[in-house]
Amino acid sequence: MQFKSHARTLAVAFSLALVAGCSSTGGTQDGSMDSSRGGAGTGTAGTGQVSGSGIGADGERIGQQADGRIPEVRTIYFEYDSDTIKSEFESVLTAHARYLRGNGNARVVLQGHTDERGTREYNMALGERRAGAVQRFLEVQGVSPSQLEIVSYGEERPAVRGHGEDAYAQNRRVVFAY
Amino acid sequence: MKALMTAWLSALLLSFTALAQADLTIEITRGSDEATPIAVVPFATDGGELPEDLAQVISDDLERSGFFAPLARDAMFDRPASGEEVRYGEWQALDVRYLVVGRVSRDGEGYRIRYELMDVSGGERMLGENITTAGTSGLRDVAHYISDQVFEEITGIRGAFSTRIAYVTAQGVGDNQQFGLYVADADGHNSRRVLDSREPILSPAWSPDGQKLAYVSFETERPAIYVQELASGQRVRVSSFEGLNGAPAWSPDGRRLAMSLSKDGQPEIYVMNIADRSVQRLTNSSAIDTEPDWAPDGESLLFTSDRSGGPQIYRHDLASGEQERLTFTGSYNARGRFAPDGESIFLIHRSDSGYQVARQDLESGRLVVLSETRWDESPSVAPNGTMVIFATRQGNSGVLSAVSADGSASYRLPSAQGEVREPAWSPFLN
Repeated sequence: MQFKSHARTLAVAFSLALVAGCSSTGGTQDGSMDSSRGGAGTGTAGTGQVSGSGIGADGERIGQQADGRIPEVRTIYFEYDSDTIKSEFESVLTAHARYLRGNGNARVVLQGHTDERGTREYNMALGERRAGAVQRFLEVQGVSPSQLEIVSYGEERPAVRGHGEDAYAQNRRVVFAY
Repeated sequence: MKALMTAWLSALLLSFTALAQADLTIEITRGSDEATPIAVVPFATDGGELPEDLAQVISDDLERSGFFAPLARDAMFDRPASGEEVRYGEWQALDVRYLVVGRVSRDGEGYRIRYELMDVSGGERMLGENITTAGTSGLRDVAHYISDQVFEEITGIRGAFSTRIAYVTAQGVGDNQQFGLYVADADGHNSRRVLDSREPILSPAWSPDGQKLAYVSFETERPAIYVQELASGQRVRVSSFEGLNGAPAWSPDGRRLAMSLSKDGQPEIYVMNIADRSVQRLTNSSAIDTEPDWAPDGESLLFTSDRSGGPQIYRHDLASGEQERLTFTGSYNARGRFAPDGESIFLIHRSDSGYQVARQDLESGRLVVLSETRWDESPSVAPNGTMVIFATRQGNSGVLSAVSADGSASYRLPSAQGEVREPAWSPFLN
């Protein structure tokens, strides 16, 4: 148990390091990592405490472990009526890109979801647009298109019930389903 | 332990029963000031108890339409069973304009029903008919038939009480959701399950002959369009292209299905020839194009597109291929549905209060909000154009609601179980 939690921490640490290396919009990763966990409700305890300074110490070993494990954070969130990937989630996507590149046999279904407002079939299309944005991001990062599939569920599979902005924010999402 | 087990089993049985039937009830939420006063007198019988109260079913039908205000039974001082027994002066004193009277008697294995419609002010009979049933069931159908005749005789508009509605139920949350596709009478009775699934079901659409439903089901964990014959339950998957397969809409001749597919990138409108499954693409934009609906004359299609930035309703002319934007009021207009006369469209409009059912006259372009609810979706028009049924929210639960085409009358169809959504009003079935 102790080890698992440690590995997760390392995996996230590695993805942070990768973003720092790849992203031209660096500098917000620490804060964004926290907000991604908060919004996701799927993050694990312990991942938020990683600081950038701890990464370099044993980078090689961290990289090997991260490659072997599916990244822990598998949901990212969107603004209302938007398919723009928020900068705070780029690190999550980069971690998945790294994993998929390192595991050519791995396949993932990107499930796009919306909140309940608006008409169902239009939301079906909006959910697909969100999943498509994630797909393009991953492909630009070098992930093979054959590893990716997108399925939109529109508003049909809400993560949480409820009719306020809190619920809506948790339902506007793309889920990595490996 | 054994007692516990029994309790658990009966709970299972109960939930199964609940799933197999999902009748809806009717609550009138708004009556029209213009409604015509009518009295539907309880039908006389030979003495035996009938399985259905025909006069009540007829009275409820007429009231639901918004066109009529039936007189309460306890205000009826007299209960004539035939036109000859009617004392007009006394009904005139109650300001009743029309009177429906009738009698039910046993006739072999079934029933014989005689009804008459009387014009109270003119003091004369307008309609009279004898109906026989083959068995003891079907009395509700007879009542809806009589409602249709009475409605058409007085208003000049064909009645739509013998029609049906399809709808989707949803229970549970997350991975434990259960979805059901049902068909019921237009008044919510006699519901029958057509399909159940642990994956989403949406967008049911009646074939023009009323014998089939097209719908979207995620049962393969991907969206696909199915066509199911209601009588036999036989069904075929007609569209399972890569990406989105959504929003099926029948052509008036029943040979083609318009749909939204994203197989070539963005969601675009296609028309499928059902016989050979070939598809022809109608739209070509980098935007979302979805929610097609065929014009009654078959010559054009409505669809929703966000090519202007937000969702608006467009019309595609099949002969010329030209596409024209129809809605300009507000920043969100979607899911357009033609009125049967093709002169106006019903749609979902985002107003200051929320998402509401609205009607837009195509000639003037004027848009009028019809509903008083705020989270409306999926409008579907009655085949006679007098009512629109749609999904909305009551408290935290999804319910069906209906509003008259002029917004003057409305009713709700709550269900005892779970969410109800995605209503689709059938065409005329008789």
